[in-house]
Amino acid sequence: MAKAKLMDFDKALELFEPVLGFEVHVELNTKTKMFSSAPNEFGGEPNSNVTPVCLGLPGSLPVVNEQAVRYSISLGLALGCSIAPSSRFARKNYFYPDLAKNYQISQFDEPIAFEGKVDVELSDGRIVSVDIERAHMEEDAGKLTHIGGATGRIQGAEYSLVDYNRAGVPLVEIVTKVIYGAEADAPELAKAYVATIRDIVVALGISDARMERGNLRCDANVSLRPRGQEKLGTRTETKNVNSLRSVERAVRYEIQRQAQILSEGGTIIQETRHWHEDTGATSAGRPKSDADDYRYFPEPDLLPVEPSAELIAELRAALPEQPAERKRRLKAEWGFTDLEFQDVVNSGLLSELVATVSAGASPQAARKWWTGEIARIANAADREPTELITGAQVAEVQLLVDEGVLNDRMARQVLEAVIAGEGTAREIVDAKGLAVVSDDGALIAAIDQALAAQPDVLEKIREGKVQAAGAVIGAVMQAMQGKADAARVRELVLERAQA
Amino acid sequence: MSDISEDSVRHLAGLARIDLTNDEVTHLTAELSKIVDVVATVSAAATDDVPATSHPIPLTNVYRDDVVTDDVLTTEKALSGAPEHDGSRFKVSAILGEEQ
Repeated sequence: MAKAKLMDFDKALELFEPVLGFEVHVELNTKTKMFSSAPNEFGGEPNSNVTPVCLGLPGSLPVVNEQAVRYSISLGLALGCSIAPSSRFARKNYFYPDLAKNYQISQFDEPIAFEGKVDVELSDGRIVSVDIERAHMEEDAGKLTHIGGATGRIQGAEYSLVDYNRAGVPLVEIVTKVIYGAEADAPELAKAYVATIRDIVVALGISDARMERGNLRCDANVSLRPRGQEKLGTRTETKNVNSLRSVERAVRYEIQRQAQILSEGGTIIQETRHWHEDTGATSAGRPKSDADDYRYFPEPDLLPVEPSAELIAELRAALPEQPAERKRRLKAEWGFTDLEFQDVVNSGLLSELVATVSAGASPQAARKWWTGEIARIANAADREPTELITGAQVAEVQLLVDEGVLNDRMARQVLEAVIAGEGTAREIVDAKGLAVVSDDGALIAAIDQALAAQPDVLEKIREGKVQAAGAVIGAVMQAMQGKADAARVRELVLERAQA
Repeated sequence: MSDISEDSVRHLAGLARIDLTNDEVTHLTAELSKIVDVVATVSAAATDDVPATSHPIPLTNVYRDDVVTDDVLTTEKALSGAPEHDGSRFKVSAILGEEQ
């Protein structure tokens, strides 16, 4: 794939105004699917979480999952939307084997939630309000694997294999209104918007929201219009953006790509584009065309959803605090400085810190792990920190440090092993025999050996050169293969000098 | 008279993946027009105070509890009606299209 020519980002902004729009799909973490009683679970043997409804077998009938409706209403309320007194499902007809029945059950002209607003915070603290057009309920599609094509993609494939485990998983699709005026913040706004939606659904507890698993997916619409022109440019819709970082990069890329084409007198084709994490580029997908005639019509197998005012009031009362409010509270609770807190927020690690702290680690320790060691490993592996490890796992490592079982160096080693999937922190400590040696007898023996090799150290310490102890500590650490508690060794050496 | 044209019949046939001969298109254009005209007489009878309906039974909020039931099929049973499968997945012809 030839890489497209890109215009310099700043120059692109001089010539054009970027206009954005986002469609975010959120998979709900109900126990069962949207319209059938099959388990809603990630992974597992293909086609093991299916009922006749998921397979579109003749005579099977969908029935709405009440919990999914409640979750959708809660999400709509959290997005500041109005909840429709009556909403309906519709069939979106298309031929593609990711759904066996040749249509997706979605909502069309009567979505459950509409007209909302979400406040999104940029890294410098500015708040941008994003207007929400609608949030509607639908079902996810199955997963296709294309076999035989040189690249595993659809072109050139000889056949495809289908797993319907994901078919029918409840989704809420959140559609923004057209976003003007983002200007140079457009890429960052895209990332911050998706991060905000993620924070909202995590706080509501209605989705696992793991982007790398597709629990949260963003389609980014980008178009450019020349400065001074009123008419909107042709937009592209970039799919396959599976991390916050990719959302930002994909929007930046599209702005630069489209600006280059337009400035050369070319035209933008209205099409779906696919983001490729490895090359950092988008490629052309399916053009929007005549075939996009989905012939929506009301789903005759389902009845209207008419939530009572009481239900809406109940769910509204149970809403968690707004993201901005939550941030203020956490910052105060954790006692972080502005800089420390902003660092965590900008890294998109707030929820991870909350999970780590609630599993028993101190806020400062949690912060150091996530913005330090874990961010470093993630960066080196070109992955998201959240993909590597959970808050509970981090807390377990930290608890071993707090108990004095591990020193910092060993804790980093254990963390790496946890990330590598070698087991829980305690299992790794046991398996590798990693506990700190806190037996004074063993430490004193090693200190004696070190002092024998460096007899002048004690004298230097007595003369006030306490830093001379470092040489002994180093030798002891080496002799004990790093398993000594350095602070204890230092204490013992100083005691010896004073004896 | 309805506005069903030969082009709209060809368009519909394309969407439905049905291959039609020219004779069939002519024939179906006339038939579909008649059907649409009949439906139009129903529309004429419905006055403004009759709301559109999508279901003959006036029920709402028919729900299911969020509980896994024994409707779940074994993988073997799920695949049993398929012409072809490969391991535990359905096997289908390569499709010249994409996810929607």
